[in-house]
Amino acid sequence: MDPQIIIARRVAKELRSGNLVNLGIGIPTLVANYVPADLKVFFQSENGLIGTGPIPEQGLEHPTLTDAGGRPISALPGAATFDSAMSFGLIRGGHVDITVLGGLQVDAHGHLANWMIPGKMVPGMGGAMDLVTGAKRVIVAMQHAAKGKSKIVAKCTLPLTSARPVNLVVTDMAVIGFPDGKATLLETAPGVTVGEVLAVTEAELAIPQSVLEMKI
Amino acid sequence: MKAVSIEEAVAMIPAGASLMVGGFMGVGTPERLLDELVRQKKTGLSLICNDAATPGKGVGKLFDAALVARLTATHIGLNPKAQQQMLANQIAVDLVPQGTFVERIRAGGCGLGGVLTPTGVGTLVAEGKREIEVDGKPFLLETALRAQFALVHAFLADYLGNLAYALTSRNFNPVMAMAADTVIVTAENIVPVGVIAPDHVVTPAPLVDYLITNG
Repeated sequence: MDPQIIIARRVAKELRSGNLVNLGIGIPTLVANYVPADLKVFFQSENGLIGTGPIPEQGLEHPTLTDAGGRPISALPGAATFDSAMSFGLIRGGHVDITVLGGLQVDAHGHLANWMIPGKMVPGMGGAMDLVTGAKRVIVAMQHAAKGKSKIVAKCTLPLTSARPVNLVVTDMAVIGFPDGKATLLETAPGVTVGEVLAVTEAELAIPQSVLEMKI
Repeated sequence: MKAVSIEEAVAMIPAGASLMVGGFMGVGTPERLLDELVRQKKTGLSLICNDAATPGKGVGKLFDAALVARLTATHIGLNPKAQQQMLANQIAVDLVPQGTFVERIRAGGCGLGGVLTPTGVGTLVAEGKREIEVDGKPFLLETALRAQFALVHAFLADYLGNLAYALTSRNFNPVMAMAADTVIVTAENIVPVGVIAPDHVVTPAPLVDYLITNG
């Protein structure tokens, strides 16, 4: 299975009926495709919408109905629109149950870096800092390693997104949580052993007595 | 509120002015005003806008024409021209978390000196800012943001200047309409008074200084 799909399917299992959820750009966006139809989740788009729906059929797009990347989307029955002050009031005020974001690095204490590479990539943080600071649960959805280098590091070398640690990291190889503030291997992807995860992880991982197989 | 032509409205904006421009990735942006700023070659602008849009779209047109001297924004990653101009030191860029950006503008429009936010504590964003503890929690003092002009785009404007917005094109427009000395509005539709019901007015007419006429 495509690594991105493994990650998206596993993250989708974290969503509960009634949750208000914000999905970031990239792998997090794919999560919406794997939410069971009977689960009533509210998706927020931080440009001012709760109740985002799928990309409309060609020819049915509207220039005033877009996602945070400016691409056409649709709105589900019961959707609500609002201005940016309300949108970030929802985010910072703890009204968003789950935010799913991409990551460049997550460290052994759960700190996330995902908004800039000094001297190389300075796009701006957009809404990421508010989301990580304010959402009730922060889930990072990212590949375990990039170009053979672990993205789960001992200490972030890139600028942090927030001083607040994330709650869960879902990669194509593992699910990592932070009970007691320490990176802990909770699950491994199907066909991946604990040893294989440890071999490609820079951060020290606590290994509980039973490490489950990721259900996807 | 005074109804004016687009040429007259933009003629009021001097070179080097500070401008807030509504819109999110060019959605809900007063495109006609941006076209006219380019036509009248208003240089050295100090731009406050969520993002730099993309080349050819929204405020992206101001970067295409190299009219921007300073930019306060949350994200410019989708406009390579704005990035180039930043890296070449042609524009000074201040990147601000989006929730902080909108609250600073809201504070500017509401008579507040600033806001206390937890966003950015312990990150690069905190550099040079006062950290204030409230009930044992650390917050950053983020100061208010205002501009000489706000360029706002609405879906409906009535003859008095009451405004209503459409879907995700609302974004920063109503907040910016409170935070500038002069507010200039373009609307998709100009309608008689009464078409927008009182409950559906988002920006009340007294906030609007100039409405751009059709044509």
